Amino acid sequence: MPTAKLIEVENVHRYFGAVAAVRDLSFSLHSGEVLGFLGPNGAGKSTTMRIITGNLAASAGSVTIGGYDLHRDPIAARRLLGYLPDTPPLYHDCTVEEFLRYCGRLHAINGSQLSAAVDRGIDRCGLGDVRSRLIAHLSKGYQQRVGIAQAIIHDPELVILDEPTVGLDPRQIEEIRQLISELGHSHSVILSTHILSEVQAVCSHVQIINRGELVLHSPLAELDPVLAKQPHQVEFQTPPSIEQLRQLVGINDVSVKEDGYFHINFTENTSGIDTLLAASLENGWGLRQLTAPQLSLEQLFMQLTDTSALPTPAPAEETT
Amino acid sequence: MTAAVIARTELRILLRSPIAWATLSSVCALLAWLFLLQIDQYTLYQSQLLALANPPGVTELVAAPLFGNAGLILMMVLPLITMRSFAEQERNQTLTLLTTAPISLTAIVVGKFFGICGFLALLLTLLLAMPLSLIGAAELDFGLLAANSLGVILLVTSFTAIGLWASSLTSHPGAAAMLTFGLLLILWLLESARGEQGTTASLAQFSTLFHYQGFLNGLVSSGDIAYFVILTLLALGLTVLRLHSKRYYT
Repeated sequence: MPTAKLIEVENVHRYFGAVAAVRDLSFSLHSGEVLGFLGPNGAGKSTTMRIITGNLAASAGSVTIGGYDLHRDPIAARRLLGYLPDTPPLYHDCTVEEFLRYCGRLHAINGSQLSAAVDRGIDRCGLGDVRSRLIAHLSKGYQQRVGIAQAIIHDPELVILDEPTVGLDPRQIEEIRQLISELGHSHSVILSTHILSEVQAVCSHVQIINRGELVLHSPLAELDPVLAKQPHQVEFQTPPSIEQLRQLVGINDVSVKEDGYFHINFTENTSGIDTLLAASLENGWGLRQLTAPQLSLEQLFMQLTDTSALPTPAPAEETT
Repeated sequence: MTAAVIARTELRILLRSPIAWATLSSVCALLAWLFLLQIDQYTLYQSQLLALANPPGVTELVAAPLFGNAGLILMMVLPLITMRSFAEQERNQTLTLLTTAPISLTAIVVGKFFGICGFLALLLTLLLAMPLSLIGAAELDFGLLAANSLGVILLVTSFTAIGLWASSLTSHPGAAAMLTFGLLLILWLLESARGEQGTTASLAQFSTLFHYQGFLNGLVSSGDIAYFVILTLLALGLTVLRLHSKRYYT
């Protein structure tokens, strides 16, 4: 059964003077989906986030959240929304608990519900130890968590997080990721980042923005075959000729890079690798290194901007 | 409703900042000093005053000048209190907390306005306590005192509204303070554009001092009240408009 679209962004443009920060952006998200929003710095991620949270007006186009037009019915639309901007909007002179109570009240939560909501937020974000400390005295990781707690205090249907793990140490990143995965069970989440592994870890959908334009919107699962087509990187002690390699069964394409590594595309990964290993032993090529494809965001980008390389998976809007 | 929530938190945060207490203590010390000077003068000339047929009372000679000075001092000090309201939040990007919540811009502006008004209530209570401390020692004219109090309340609320507007115009608190001070000073000094006695159709009509003087003299006129109320609403309205347009032109 197709669920209703929770957020629908249609043909949104935003200009800063003559500069187009976002051009003709359209996408939608259904309940229960976690969307990873990727893009290099300055691609328009934060601008998009600010537009879909109503903090910035679009020059053209519309944003609808839960059926409410963000422009015409902003208060109803914002009730469904929790937002962590790239700089967490924290009141440094407040304690964590005080601040969260304030956030709850701003969302019209009162009385015993308020205490329950604050306790739940503190619990979910692991803030129990610091609940009565001043926000100014917290480490960046904890401040980030308070920022997330602030965004989910009213149990919104849609949580929008702008680069929630930036500037954190690896352990904190892991913790925040875990929190986001948990959120994904009960909320829809839009998560912006420029780290692809983050998206692979927590998201169900991914979209990439480049220079203000959406270049990819796809369920993550549909990207797997694309990722699998990436070449393995192979190093030999006594390298065979390219022709020798090409003759092997299961090898699709071979090329040698300047650094001496072979880039090999297998038609079918497991059997192709076995064949290569056997051939290496037999002929004494001395295989030293075989690295599975690591598709980084940069590589994906190069492919996406390079016209012919990628069979663009499912265009935006075709998900159910 | 939400405005009250914002007002309460704004006040609480303001009272945690050193600037609030530094302001409160310096202004009170200054006013207390001026108050004592007035008392001193009054006792010095008291015997001569008694010789007059209809001598001015202690309220007229001590309280009214005190409130006059308070207006002037608060004009210089209030910009420091209002400057942070929007400018600092804009700078720290914490305004997003309010602009993303399901509340109207009007509620945000009104909330911040009343938050500062709460602080001013504290300050004005201390101001009022000075003449009230003469109860028992002298005959006080409570009618005049009430007129003075109403005047100073209207005056500082309009200052606050103007300060909020200036604060919404920039993301630099210092610039907001300077802008507020400039606006307030000009509005105050317009009074000097008063022409010959009796010619009222002049720029002086737009002066805060022009309308404040009535209250200081014990004259509560609906025109003066309307002036301050309109000035306050106008500045608050401009602040809302400014916040609204910020979403379009950044």
